[in-house]
Amino acid sequence: MSYLFEDFVGWKAYCEEKKVPLYAPVLEYEIAQRGSTEEAIWSGLLRAFTVMKDAVETGLREEMTSRSGMINNGAKKVYKYPKAVLSPEFQKLISRALAAKEVNSCMGRVVAAPTAGASGILPGTLYTLQEIHGLEDQHILEGLLVGAGIALIIEQKASLAGAVGGCQAETGSAAAMASGAIVYCLGGSIDQVFNAVAITIQCMLGLVCDPVAGLVEIPCVVRNASAAAIANSSAQIALADVSAVIPVDECVEAMGEIGANMESKYKETAMGGLAATLTGQQISKKVLIQDIEILPDEELPE
Amino acid sequence: MANKSSVFDMIGPVMIGPSSSHTAGVVRIGRAAIRVLGGIPEEATVTFYNSFARTYEGHGSDRAILGGLMDMKTDDANIKQAFEIAKEKGLKYSFKSIGNASVYHPNTVKLNLVKGDRKVEVLGESLGGGLINISTIDGFNADFSAQAHTLIIKADDTSGAIAFIASVIAQEKTNIATMSVSRKGKNDKACHVIEMDSGLQAITIEYLKSLPWISELIYIPDIDL
Ligand code: SF4
Repeated sequence: MSYLFEDFVGWKAYCEEKKVPLYAPVLEYEIAQRGSTEEAIWSGLLRAFTVMKDAVETGLREEMTSRSGMINNGAKKVYKYPKAVLSPEFQKLISRALAAKEVNSCMGRVVAAPTAGASGILPGTLYTLQEIHGLEDQHILEGLLVGAGIALIIEQKASLAGAVGGCQAETGSAAAMASGAIVYCLGGSIDQVFNAVAITIQCMLGLVCDPVAGLVEIPCVVRNASAAAIANSSAQIALADVSAVIPVDECVEAMGEIGANMESKYKETAMGGLAATLTGQQISKKVLIQDIEILPDEELPE
Repeated sequence: MANKSSVFDMIGPVMIGPSSSHTAGVVRIGRAAIRVLGGIPEEATVTFYNSFARTYEGHGSDRAILGGLMDMKTDDANIKQAFEIAKEKGLKYSFKSIGNASVYHPNTVKLNLVKGDRKVEVLGESLGGGLINISTIDGFNADFSAQAHTLIIKADDTSGAIAFIASVIAQEKTNIATMSVSRKGKNDKACHVIEMDSGLQAITIEYLKSLPWISELIYIPDIDL
């Protein structure tokens, strides 16, 4: 099965030739790679989706204050705010993405999708999509498989880790997965799904990883909300057949190229960007442990 | 770990936040260490090194390590309450931070554990993505990932020991993934670390333990089960 998930072109060709839906080769890939059964895969996906929905609900219900204090029940405030900027649905989308990510920052249970730092994006988008369109769970699970296929290609061609490719690799990839899943679930064609991925990547390119004090809180939590919004805006554009012009495989390549050339201070080291601002450094001094025994050189353990 | 990623690496793992290297990896170091100790400790002294030294509180690695030491899995929601649960269980713990230990991996934690008469010191590294390396046990080089089943044998440094142990394991049709030996002094004991794809029967472990030239045997089945 190695010809699959090298690129989007191959994925599409395979589905057209075999006349199977987009998720089918992802399922086959997993069975071939891991020797798992179809049943086990569906039940694993259902568990993941259940944990995602639980994370959204937990974040909107329970006390969510992180150890550093930087995260402090933001999702609930957004959810309850009396004025909706666009629509109540948009308000819910944003607060749900925030909620699941706040759960992650506050030591709750989440699904890393694709990473822990981006764990609010798929929950926020898919929860809201299911609610608005009244979709069956099974349909959402197929969308999750499509999202997994998208991530498998990005992992091969670029990266999914902030420490390797910056935040575009984490929240950018999650937004691409979500956008593709949305278009798939709304009955979009293969081209429309991949176009949504391409447009999303175009919107997220270049985003650096610069977490304040090295904690996965600021700006990570709000980026989960913005990535969820971008996933939806790209889906809206792609469903109308507005072309990304640059094909999805080339967009992924651009992401890899940008990640490879990004300076290491923008890759999770907390040395640049927001982490390096005056306030960022003050926070870092306050929340990080200062009472550290520093070994003199001659006392280094053997 | 297989070379190609799984769907459940993309949609998963299900884990306790905030980060796989600061929570999941640290929980797994704790789970490996209690298998070395032979149970949940009564006392634990935890030293966080280097990058961990400053960030362990902010990332909740202190709760994660206690959770692991109490045999919680990486997706156990109780990890957040690890301090309270440790108190109930009578697990005494203390934390220390040491920076600048340049010979150690940036995310290193040292565990000094006590249970009854037994004391062990385990040094673990969190490599990212929840992967770990247990680098030393009581000062011996161990270097195992705890992803498979691991056998640690301290034995007299006699010739033929390695071949003998390997042949006993081969009887079980178990694949040896990695095998290494380290010695502290020249005529001192040797520490064999063997990682296997599948587990061993209790009777094989008992047999190896009964051999006079084997002074200590620790068997660590897959820590994620
Ligand atoms: S800023 Fe860095 S740590 Fe935060 S979500 Fe983005 S990649 Fe992850």
